[in-house]
Amino acid sequence: MADTVTMGRTMSPRNLLLARRGGKKLHWTDILTYAFLGAGFLIMFLPVLWVVVSSLKTPANLSEFPPTLMPSTAQTSVVEGFKAPLPLFEVTTKDGTTKTLAQIRRVGLNAQMIDPANPEAGKIVVKVADAKPLRKFHLAFENYSELLSSTGGSDIWRYVYNSLFITVIATVITLVMNSMAAFALSKYRFRGSNTALVAILATLMIPATVVLVPVYLIVSELGLVGNLWGVILPTVATPTGVFLLRQYMLTIPDELIEAARMDHASEWRIFWRIILPLSSPALAVVAIFSILSRWNDFLLPLIVLNHRESFTLQLALASYQNENGVQYDQLLAMTTLTALPLAFAFIFLQRYITSGIASTGIK
Amino acid sequence: MSVATRLAAVPGLLLSAPARLIELPMAGLQKLLGIRRMPWVFLTPNLLAVLLFALLPVLINVFYSFTGSDRLYPQDRSFVGFDNYATLLDCGNYLDPATCSRDLFWRALHNSMIFVPVQVTTMILVALITALCLNRDIRGRGFFRAVFFFPVMLSPVVVALTWQWLLQRNGAINAILDFFSLPTFNWMVFPQSAFPWAVFVTIWAHMGFYTIILLAGLQSIPRDVYEAAKMDSASPWRAFTRITLPMLRPVLLVVFVLCVIRSVQTFDELYVLTGGGPGSATMLMVQYIYEIGFAAQPRNFGLAAAASLLLGIVLLIFTALQLGLSRNSRDG
Amino acid sequence: MAKLHLENLNKSFGVVEVIPKVNLSIDDGEFVVFVGPSGCGKSTLLRLIAGLEDVTGGDIRIDDISVVDVPAADRGVAMVFQSYALYPHMTVRQNLSFGLENIRMPKPEIENRVETAASLLQIDTLLDRRPKQLSGGQRQRVAIGRAITRDPKIFLFDEPLSNLDAELRVLMRIEITKLHERLGNTMIYVTHDQIEAMTMADKIVVLRDGVIEQVGAPLELYNRPQNEFVAGFIGSPRMNFVSGMLRKQDTVTLSFESPGLPALVLCVESTASLPDVQPATLGVRPEDLLASQDAQTGWPVVVNVLEQHGANSYLHCTLPDGSPVLIHEPGQSNVSRGDVLQVTPRENHWHLFDENGSRIVSGR
Repeated sequence: MADTVTMGRTMSPRNLLLARRGGKKLHWTDILTYAFLGAGFLIMFLPVLWVVVSSLKTPANLSEFPPTLMPSTAQTSVVEGFKAPLPLFEVTTKDGTTKTLAQIRRVGLNAQMIDPANPEAGKIVVKVADAKPLRKFHLAFENYSELLSSTGGSDIWRYVYNSLFITVIATVITLVMNSMAAFALSKYRFRGSNTALVAILATLMIPATVVLVPVYLIVSELGLVGNLWGVILPTVATPTGVFLLRQYMLTIPDELIEAARMDHASEWRIFWRIILPLSSPALAVVAIFSILSRWNDFLLPLIVLNHRESFTLQLALASYQNENGVQYDQLLAMTTLTALPLAFAFIFLQRYITSGIASTGIK
Repeated sequence: MSVATRLAAVPGLLLSAPARLIELPMAGLQKLLGIRRMPWVFLTPNLLAVLLFALLPVLINVFYSFTGSDRLYPQDRSFVGFDNYATLLDCGNYLDPATCSRDLFWRALHNSMIFVPVQVTTMILVALITALCLNRDIRGRGFFRAVFFFPVMLSPVVVALTWQWLLQRNGAINAILDFFSLPTFNWMVFPQSAFPWAVFVTIWAHMGFYTIILLAGLQSIPRDVYEAAKMDSASPWRAFTRITLPMLRPVLLVVFVLCVIRSVQTFDELYVLTGGGPGSATMLMVQYIYEIGFAAQPRNFGLAAAASLLLGIVLLIFTALQLGLSRNSRDG
Repeated sequence: MAKLHLENLNKSFGVVEVIPKVNLSIDDGEFVVFVGPSGCGKSTLLRLIAGLEDVTGGDIRIDDISVVDVPAADRGVAMVFQSYALYPHMTVRQNLSFGLENIRMPKPEIENRVETAASLLQIDTLLDRRPKQLSGGQRQRVAIGRAITRDPKIFLFDEPLSNLDAELRVLMRIEITKLHERLGNTMIYVTHDQIEAMTMADKIVVLRDGVIEQVGAPLELYNRPQNEFVAGFIGSPRMNFVSGMLRKQDTVTLSFESPGLPALVLCVESTASLPDVQPATLGVRPEDLLASQDAQTGWPVVVNVLEQHGANSYLHCTLPDGSPVLIHEPGQSNVSRGDVLQVTPRENHWHLFDENGSRIVSGR
């Protein structure tokens, strides 16, 4: 036992890295655990990291195979007599020395090159096999700036606005409507309350995909096809929100409401001034889930929003390749941008999200 | 006050002005109706939305499934009885989609019937192992939990595009194979490789969700039960099979049923990743409904409604199963 | 300032009748305590008066005006809840002023009332804190303060001290009594603690199963309990009860006979109205039992446990048939475990109850 204690105490780098929390010796099962988690880390995280790295590559860099690990670009040089900058190559000459030359054009297996240091020397013909392109580390932020600039040809700001509008408005309506219903179902005893609760919760069992056609019908009867409200309204009455808020409100003592009632507060005032502020933890969870699902929503916008001006970011992203060909530099930048808000949200709200899922099993 | 609580206060602040506008009419309503009827006032908006966008659609769906024509509005549609169902179920040999009049429906059904069991078992197994690892007393638990969970936050489109980028001919996967001098593939062109990748990507995206639920289940098993088992000199494996698994059973059931229901409904990721292709190799039930009702010309709403009702029945069975099982396990 | 009348008040929850029928009059300025074991309906009765529960039948009148159809807020009553029911997200000041804002009272007036109530209860330094930052006693004061700002005709207290520790409870008891003297309002106070009832009340209402068992001043209830229940409920430690037969001996003496015990002779003013023989229960408070080791008469009891509190001694004894008897001796006792004592009730300090528990006659 004595040596395990000293093992725990001596903080060698290896122990610091591998020791368990209790400071006990490493067991083979721990190594297995770390191996599994490490592999998981690579599989879960690297793909996304790769997309982010790729989004910072130039189109030429993107089309290379095998791909470069780091975003890089060909070095160029402006040579007298040529308008465009010429790419630089490292050329191995016949006598074995290496020289930096600028390529003018490629002809079959040969390339016409020129010495940027000495342009008067004229064109030199070099075998392509002997030339290696010179590169430098380069983060192609121009992918983003081009995407975000209105001249880039993409309506990204419109998509961002549409997505934001749907997310914010739908979430606000969801919060107000769900908490009103939850208040009624948790703080009043009245005939029909159970029926109402069951009616709301029963919709949990109706998957959105099953009622796709009729929802589209109703949206179009309301004249909302192609309108952002056509995506907002069908999603606001989330049964999970009502359920979560009701469970939370049940824990607020009834005496508070009685006290408020004796304080001449109207029922609405009780709801707005007493119940809502006290439910803020549950409201936060509902808000997070609403934001998450509205921002990521795909199927409903896909059928309701039928013209480009009303597209959300997700729709624009999914349909990107259809119109512009596959312009991977822009697509990857847009992918990264779409995922970014949620990545930030996740960092701040992880605890709420995971506890929300753990307590309801509902996304 | 934590960040989230503060964030939650923001809409409250924004709404304080309209709230004052609501307050007077609501107080008037209370005078008019009396306190007793106020809960209905609070319920009405939500109930209306539920009726309009959840309960009514179920009825309309039934109606649609018995009518034909490509017209959306009910008054333009003609009653066709069970024709839509008959068309869907019209098959020479149910095991061979090519013999069916709606071969795409049967292909989608076949695909779903392979996709769901494979995806669900793999998903739960991996999620359980991950949860067991995360439940151990190790360094960096919070970090690893976040790593496994964060794909859940990504939108299906982002997930699909990410993997499309990795799996394309000149993508990272092929680059790795190439680095080890292994042959490279055009993964998404062949059904044999596209389907497994479709399963993998959906697991990648959703596994974290189930891991969190299972982890919560594991953490709710009291520590002293394990300590008692240790005193009874139970081996770790025995502790797992005789304590962890039985005590985790209710949570595992919930996860299983949730997983099946979601798996049957898989659409977004695959629609973007493979578009159901190559051919119809990765087309699942929901995509079939979408294609037949919305993408194809002319739109066949009746057939889509009939197919979605069949899907709904399958889901209902699973939901009933969940309720029954969870009640059983609570009693037992 | 208000009088309160309850007339044939009845309350049922579905088929369960919680309060069958209650009639009660409370005078202006009285401090009335509803006391009874848990589930006796005392809180329900208070909530009916407050307007938090709907009346099933009967009438509630405040200053001779029926209020059964008046909402809680408009009855002119204020309630102090058991859990205090302070709004957790508001400061003390907001808690005190919320009700006044709701009736759109002018700001300066609100300010004035809050300040007055706060200084009366010595919570003026706490006005900007939230309930979470207060101690139990402070929260209690805020809850009372909230009631005071509303300037009600009647104060209602629902077991307000049950969440405090023993020491604070004694302090707050005195404070509330002082407050009553100062404000002079009618106050109705619900408790299950008979000490609170005894020390605070002008008038105690003892309830059991929704029925009023006895109404009266504290000492009246103590000295002349109308039935066995009140006798057992009021007074701590509990009164001793022995069952037996009551036999009339002559016009002024009765004999109480319990199996296995020598007969006890009790003197009364007149036995004229009593039957010759009837089953009865004799009740004697622990402090009214006289014990001695050398007396020849009385009931023999064996000392089981001796509790020495210093100023008082409690002797837990058993009668020959095994039933327990508690004796309270002032000062420090010199008996020890296993001693046999002879006990007799102090002259005129006993109570006799019939089979139904109603009082037959008391020693005084």
